[in-house]
Amino acid sequence: MNLFAIAFRNIVQRGFASILTTTSMALGVALVVMVLSIGWLVTESFDRNSNVGYNLIVGSKGGALQLALNTVFYLSKPIETIPYDEYLELIPGKEGRKNEIERIGGRVEDPERAGIFSAYTADGGFAIPICMGDYYGPFRVVGTTSEFFDKLRHGRAGDQEYKFASGRNFEDCSKENGFFEAVLGSQAAKTMNKKVGDILQTTHGDPDGTGHGEEFKIVGILEPTGTPNDRAAFINIEGFYLLENHARVAPDLFRPDEKKVQVDRKSGLDQPARLPLEKRDVSAVLVKTSQGIYAINMTWSINKRNTQAVSPIEEIGKLLQVFVTPFRNVLLILTVLVCVVSAVSILVSIYNSMNERKRDIAVMRALGARRDVILYIVLIESLMIAFGGGILGWLLGHTVGVVGSGYIEENTGLQVGMFNTISIQELVVIPGLIVLAVLAGIIPAIAAYRTDVSRNLAS
Amino acid sequence: MLRIENLKKSYRLPEGGDIPILDIPSFQIGAGEQVVLIGESGGGKTTLLHAIAGILSINSGSIHLDGIETTRLSEQGRDRVRAAKLGYVFQTFNLLSGFTALENVRLGMTFGSGKHDLNRAKDLLNRVGLGERMNYKPSALSVGQQQRVAVARALANRPKLLLADEPTANIDPTNQQMIIDLIRTCCSDENIALLMVTHSMQVAGQFPRVNRLEEVNHVAKATSKPVGV
Repeated sequence: MNLFAIAFRNIVQRGFASILTTTSMALGVALVVMVLSIGWLVTESFDRNSNVGYNLIVGSKGGALQLALNTVFYLSKPIETIPYDEYLELIPGKEGRKNEIERIGGRVEDPERAGIFSAYTADGGFAIPICMGDYYGPFRVVGTTSEFFDKLRHGRAGDQEYKFASGRNFEDCSKENGFFEAVLGSQAAKTMNKKVGDILQTTHGDPDGTGHGEEFKIVGILEPTGTPNDRAAFINIEGFYLLENHARVAPDLFRPDEKKVQVDRKSGLDQPARLPLEKRDVSAVLVKTSQGIYAINMTWSINKRNTQAVSPIEEIGKLLQVFVTPFRNVLLILTVLVCVVSAVSILVSIYNSMNERKRDIAVMRALGARRDVILYIVLIESLMIAFGGGILGWLLGHTVGVVGSGYIEENTGLQVGMFNTISIQELVVIPGLIVLAVLAGIIPAIAAYRTDVSRNLAS
Repeated sequence: MLRIENLKKSYRLPEGGDIPILDIPSFQIGAGEQVVLIGESGGGKTTLLHAIAGILSINSGSIHLDGIETTRLSEQGRDRVRAAKLGYVFQTFNLLSGFTALENVRLGMTFGSGKHDLNRAKDLLNRVGLGERMNYKPSALSVGQQQRVAVARALANRPKLLLADEPTANIDPTNQQMIIDLIRTCCSDENIALLMVTHSMQVAGQFPRVNRLEEVNHVAKATSKPVGV
């Protein structure tokens, strides 16, 4: 018989105690796996949203974090708006601002000039307006342009395009639905049980607010992205402006309408009228500069105006530092404690069995087993319990993740499979836990090593 | 095969002072010789066997086993000699309860040569009449059957010397003779020297050489009483 067979026999002989110890180890490891998986979920959620596909958010003066929370995560109270004129300054290219003015029409200052920041966003950059304030059920409604899905990217590397599980992107003004088309995020569609062709009506101000009368036709459902966009409803910004109470009523103090000139629409004359420029506000503008370095100058210049520019990555990073890092540290401490408890349970179990086993150890010694061989047998026992319990716990921990994957996906947008939550930490902590448990076997192994053969044979 | 010279062993008392257990000027057993050592309980018989087996260190003197002076060896060295050259049959059998009869016999090989000769283990169990019960655990065997497994285990490693410590003390009279015959026959067949200690004159009477403990051990001589049958 080899030493592994002898150790296995000893484990089997202790029967119920061995099962309890292995179960304790398995539960400990499962708990560690679950704790690490939660850490993964939190980090992954933040990491995915760090690569939002744009490097600046331009919005109203105020809290930078609130602007980022509102724009990236659709969290926090709706923010103050900025005039549409600010968006015009950001449109890429020399002709960008002029073309947009002529496409919409209305009163505006100096309609012929290029946007102040158009050079920063030309050649590969973009500026996408978003308007918020409405809800669709519990989900935020985002009024935006079709560029939102054409130009933004998502995923850890920020290189994945938005894809439609069904339907298509909304059009600026479609023949069938005019300005009233909508796209739903995957979770929003699932929760609201909507499909392409269904009707969507928004409520004003909060989920329980009064409903707008206008109906938007759902023309597309997004594939899951693991971003907050899964839990949002997107409507054409032109339709958004035509909803009741969405036109600006307060005068623009910085650019009084009297000082602006009227520009008539020069394109789309066969289309319904749009809300004129002087009545438009936006919640924020998502900006990608053509060169990353431009963002610094641009931020500096914008912040001197009556708006502010914030870096989403920077703000998310701050949030990570303030909330997520301490949370992860607590989880890590919890993990270490679980590891220690599991190791101690193995120590106690094997150590308690030592008294009953002294005679067996003495017999093996009398048969010629050296002290170190006895030590190895006990260590192999703890290795087997630790390894067996470890593997069981590892599988159990991940199985719990799979069982709860529906709930997790619903709430975070992240898809949890059997092994896709495995992190570097897990690859270190789980083997570390097994090593710790084996080390816990050293104390009873030493007790076995020291067993007095003659006395225990005689007894 | 076995040569003991000037062996002394004493235990230290908790309150101080030493209590002598063994004082053996000379004792020898030849290769294949079968010797019985008879003496009353508490006379140091088990202590002597433990000293020969190297599981108990002695105060002075020497023990030579198959040409090796084991008393000069380290503990590991004595372990190796014990595993390779000694078989041990205990009064209380000392089978490991979690192991089957076959596994108990194989355990006797594990710590010796390292050769796991499964066929020899099975042959031995067949020889002791337990071929049909190889996979039984000790709790499923009778007392006599358990001691037969212990005998098979002691012989598993082809020892040069078999030490038997009152092997029939816990066995009913029917099985006693069977065990004695089994041990003696097996030792004869494989030319294994046998040193059996007992307090039974009936057992001792069957051996060609009988030594009274007090003749061998001077400490026992000083405290000896007549030996009963």
